[in-house]
Amino acid sequence: MEQTEIKMSGKDVSVSYGEKQALFDVNLDIPAKQVTALIGPSGCGKSTFLRCLNRMNDTIDICKVSGDIRLDNQDIYHRDIDVVELRARVGMVFQKPNPFPKSIFENVGYGPKIHGLANGKAELEEIVVKSLQRAGLFEEVKDRLYEPGTGLSGGQQQRLCIARAIAVSPEVILMDEPCSALDPIATAKVEELIDELRENYTIVIVTHSMQQAARVSQQTAMFHLGYLVEVDDTDTMFTNPSDKKTQDYITGRYG
Amino acid sequence: MALYILGALLIIASIAFVIGRTKALAICGNNVSSLHSRPIYHGAFLSICAAVPSFIFIVAWTVFSGSVINSIVKSRFAEQLSAMGLPQVEAVLRDAKALAFGGLVGFKDDLKVSASEAYSSLQSTSDLLLLACVVLLVVIGSVYGFKQITPAFRTRHRVEKFVLALLAACSLVAILTTVGIILSLIFESIRFFEKVPFFDFLFGYHWSPQNAFEGAGGTSLSDDNSRIFGAIPLFTGTFLITFIAIAVAAPFGLMSAIYMSDYASLKFRAYAKPALEVLAGIPTVAYGFFAALTIAPAIRGWGEAIGLSVSSESALAAGLVMGIMIIPFVLSLSDDVINAVPQSLRDGSYAMGATKSETIRKVVLPAALPGIVAALLLAISRAVGETMIVVMAAGLAANLTINPLEAVTTVTVQIVTLLQGDQEFDSAKTLAAFALGLVLFVITLCLNIIALRVVQKYREQYD
Ligand SMILES: Nc1ncnc2c1ncn2[C@@H]1O[C@H](COP(=O)(O)OP(=O)(O)O)[C@@H](O)[C@H]1O
Ligand SMILES: [Mg+2]
Repeated sequence: MEQTEIKMSGKDVSVSYGEKQALFDVNLDIPAKQVTALIGPSGCGKSTFLRCLNRMNDTIDICKVSGDIRLDNQDIYHRDIDVVELRARVGMVFQKPNPFPKSIFENVGYGPKIHGLANGKAELEEIVVKSLQRAGLFEEVKDRLYEPGTGLSGGQQQRLCIARAIAVSPEVILMDEPCSALDPIATAKVEELIDELRENYTIVIVTHSMQQAARVSQQTAMFHLGYLVEVDDTDTMFTNPSDKKTQDYITGRYG
Repeated sequence: MALYILGALLIIASIAFVIGRTKALAICGNNVSSLHSRPIYHGAFLSICAAVPSFIFIVAWTVFSGSVINSIVKSRFAEQLSAMGLPQVEAVLRDAKALAFGGLVGFKDDLKVSASEAYSSLQSTSDLLLLACVVLLVVIGSVYGFKQITPAFRTRHRVEKFVLALLAACSLVAILTTVGIILSLIFESIRFFEKVPFFDFLFGYHWSPQNAFEGAGGTSLSDDNSRIFGAIPLFTGTFLITFIAIAVAAPFGLMSAIYMSDYASLKFRAYAKPALEVLAGIPTVAYGFFAALTIAPAIRGWGEAIGLSVSSESALAAGLVMGIMIIPFVLSLSDDVINAVPQSLRDGSYAMGATKSETIRKVVLPAALPGIVAALLLAISRAVGETMIVVMAAGLAANLTINPLEAVTTVTVQIVTLLQGDQEFDSAKTLAAFALGLVLFVITLCLNIIALRVVQKYREQYD
């Protein structure tokens, strides 16, 4: 694995939901301007780990996070950290496309508006257009920016959500199985987009598809039953995994 | 008589159930899996065959036998009765029935006595006939059902069909009753509009039905009536009070709904929701007390303290209390729609770095808005139809005013007062109640239809 800047890092991250512990002492570094894929069987804690990175777990009452998670070497669970600001820096795209029941324009403009990133309408429009362009959606929707975002196809909706996330110029984008609700063609488009976004953003993606992990990511982390089993760069991981469980999972022998 | 037979039928049905089940068990030699349907279905089937036809027959018989007997008696004594007017005939028949079945009678005469003999003999014939028919039906039904029971017989489906028919019949009764009520409203209203022109009623400024005398005079009265039955003050009063009520209920209900759905802990919710349901169950008379004895005097006191003249019964008092009454209603409906906004939308907003209140204002409420509007419309239609609080707190004076400190009256209150006391059923005064009821019905119907439509649309959005 080539030496790169570390954007985010987790040290001894443990998470429990009430009595039930979902993550056990996970240590994982996220390199900057790369795609890190989290793989592993369902319920192994991938989403839980992902949600620690932008503190979305705070919205779940029973969820307790311990350990040390850093963004640019700054503890994001520190008392002085403003969650609102953190989430502007660490954006998130969900498994099911969840555009707001508003127009396409307002969907993308939502983040810039609440964070006061645009001075005036012209600037806001610029941000919206640029974000849509980056998400590769602009050409398809430029004639209906003021129609509801919920009227788009599933794949377009997901790219709208990505545009919405990048509209606030985050540094990191978290994606939780962003293609699991999409058909193969829409999936290909989103994957292409992820590959392009890598230039400017650090990306962490949870995926169920080994091929997808192989195609889009540079680093892969394998989770199992709440433990981080193995992490390596993607090429090594898929050609020469060191852990038996990873090998089984990658080759499909694991459920 | 019919009552005893019904009791007997119940016993017969239970016996049939046991017999059916026993036979089913016997024919399969206790090898239940060889039967198409389980034995209890055979039991149920046999008891349906034995009891249901007679049950329907008994119901029909009790409904119709009275009037059949009546008309037979009438035709027997047609000669004597033809000389009398309708009220007299009714009186004679009533007394004759009282004589026959044990009751108080003012005075007897030959006609009444012989009519009463006719009644009692006809009644016993009727009872005998009923008994015979029921026995016949039970026997036929049981034999038929008993023969049907074979291992291959699809009893389960038969029972299913019966359940379907039963459910359909019940809903039919409900629907027919509603249709009947609406039709009677319409017909009585039409009779009213024959006496008072429709537009004079709907757009008249003056409401004082106590000045209507009728029956004494002739046609010239309809002239007066058109000036007496002007419904505008009533509708103004209704809307004034409704407006005050919604102005109270909407903000309080909505904000508590937001608190309950998005801020309150699960534990608080678990206690608060049932508590609110209790609040919704308080009879409106109790709210009426509260309005008349606590709120109205208090408002009057405050008003006088700052030099306003407030009548002791005021629209404000009634509206405030009505608002309090519908808060739980608004709250619980809006809580439902706010909860129906998917968590994924909230997550999306939080993940953008929005705070809770930003998320609620900019994502949750806009998404829930149609449902909230619908909830408010339903609340309005409840307030419009509310009577008791207004009777007790707003008074009876049909003032045409939008000053909430004055006494006003509402449509529902006037319906109550119009129908109170000894009234002839076809006087303009009584019929006016039906016309008011009809208008009120149309208003609430429209509100409800719009509200339900909106809710439906809103549901589709998230399916
Ligand atoms: N909101 C929650 N409340 C309680 N338990 C949860 C919650 N979310 C996840 N879990 C539990 O945590 C474990 C890990 O879940 P998750 O991180 O969603 O797995 P993955 O995304 O890898 O499929 C699972 O056992 C799951 O049941
Ligand atoms: Mg998951």
